[in-house]
Amino acid sequence: MSQLLQAVRIALDMIISGDPVVFSIAFRTLMISISATALASFIFIPLACLIHFNRFRGKRLLLSIVQTFYSVPTVLVGMLVFLLISRAGPLGSLGMLFSPGAIVLGEVLLIAPIITGLTISALSGLGSDIPDTALSLGAGKLQMVLKVLSESRYMILTAILMGFGRAVSEIGVAIIVGGNISGHTRTLTTAIALGVGKGETAASIALGIILLALAMIVSVTVNLLQHSEK
Amino acid sequence: MIRYIYAGMLIAAVLSIACSGQSEPSAEAVREQIQEIGEDTGNESVPPRPSASRLRVATTTSLYDTGLWSYLEPMFEEEYGVELDVLYAGTGKALEWGRRGDVDVITVHSRTREEQFVEEGYGLARVPFAYNYFLIVGSPDDPAGLAGMTPDEAFTSLMSSGEAVFVSRGDDSGTHGKEKAIWSAAGYEYEDVRTSGDWYVEGGSGMGPTLVMADEMSAYTLSDMGTFIAYQNDLNLVPVVDQGDVLLNVYSVLQVTSTRSPEMSANLVEFLTSEAVQDLIGNYGVGEYGIQLFTPCAGLGM
Repeated sequence: MSQLLQAVRIALDMIISGDPVVFSIAFRTLMISISATALASFIFIPLACLIHFNRFRGKRLLLSIVQTFYSVPTVLVGMLVFLLISRAGPLGSLGMLFSPGAIVLGEVLLIAPIITGLTISALSGLGSDIPDTALSLGAGKLQMVLKVLSESRYMILTAILMGFGRAVSEIGVAIIVGGNISGHTRTLTTAIALGVGKGETAASIALGIILLALAMIVSVTVNLLQHSEK
Repeated sequence: MIRYIYAGMLIAAVLSIACSGQSEPSAEAVREQIQEIGEDTGNESVPPRPSASRLRVATTTSLYDTGLWSYLEPMFEEEYGVELDVLYAGTGKALEWGRRGDVDVITVHSRTREEQFVEEGYGLARVPFAYNYFLIVGSPDDPAGLAGMTPDEAFTSLMSSGEAVFVSRGDDSGTHGKEKAIWSAAGYEYEDVRTSGDWYVEGGSGMGPTLVMADEMSAYTLSDMGTFIAYQNDLNLVPVVDQGDVLLNVYSVLQVTSTRSPEMSANLVEFLTSEAVQDLIGNYGVGEYGIQLFTPCAGLGM
């Protein structure tokens, strides 16, 4: 136990003193997860709007499929992306495997269902009053959509943050398509896995505390947003 | 727009932690420890280079867990002005990456599979560059009484009593291959061993984690000497069986045929087998552990 406490103390020391290795891993992890989240939001929030504002056959089925994929195993996504971008795979000529971009690609796919699904929930949670009123006051369809989007912005932001939370804490994609290369594709989670395997407790705890801090920032922000809406 | 503000806030929060209190020094030992988890801090500000100026080597975990690659990597990078990406995996996975064309060079330790790899046209040549020995390690009280036995006898004894726990790599690595070879030398079918009971544990991870697992379970395991010595201080395990020709462990480097950087790959093979680096490999870890981890053997035809 005292060994564990000592490791925690050294870990806090490393964080407070701004250990360059710990923070370069944390910074890289953030850049990768933020890129993935931004990219996924850019693609899948408009897609969610398209799905929400149109009636079509199989819409309900589509929604339940999307929801099923909220909890798709990260290693499964990792494996699929590996097969896709390995040089022997269909996108092999891009030479993306074992690069930060490969992790971003995997994480975009990983969080796409969450961002799509939660955005649709956010839009439909608003009910039909606002769109109906907007239309009856003579708004065009585009104006109505923008109005609905702006009314549900906090919930959509929550969807984005949930996606970020999943991206920053996943390991399956990062280890399979990133390869945990020192100084290149090593992220908080893969570094922790390696550190524990090597019995390097203090360093792993330091990285774990940072990861937890990131998760906490996300969850507190989500909470604040949900309150501010009420 | 709002999401960018929040993304910015996230970064700002982390950076503000990073910048506060730069003055306080942290424990030197831990700094080294985290250096070993490994991180090139040198290239942080440099954007990722196009793949042509990066060379990828897939290495067996034992050459990674001992720290040998972290030691050699900066030297190679400086000498040839290339970014070397070191990926660690079991021999099986490393060879599979080579078959798929995802890495340029491979350093592994399984002679028959290396020869097959070359024969199938995936690798140019098998070039041995270092060797050491495998060890059967276990807790100091040696509950199964294996001390003094040959590797075959030790495995026979483990199998027939079925009481002492044995942790296998179980990951298709070179060490796992060696373990299978010893089972077969002892006259057992590997499948029978694998399914014979709870005493046989398939760990499914690298050499270091497997040693940690065996230590936690007071079990026996087969380990290469280098990783065992590098981990020894943190473990209660001791070598129980260390004599026997079957325990020879040769590391080879292979250039992958389909590499897009054939010249640089050849440079890496030459680097590992050069006299200067062979000396460094022979002396690696001697200062820290007081014993030679690897014996250089380039050109000896092993």
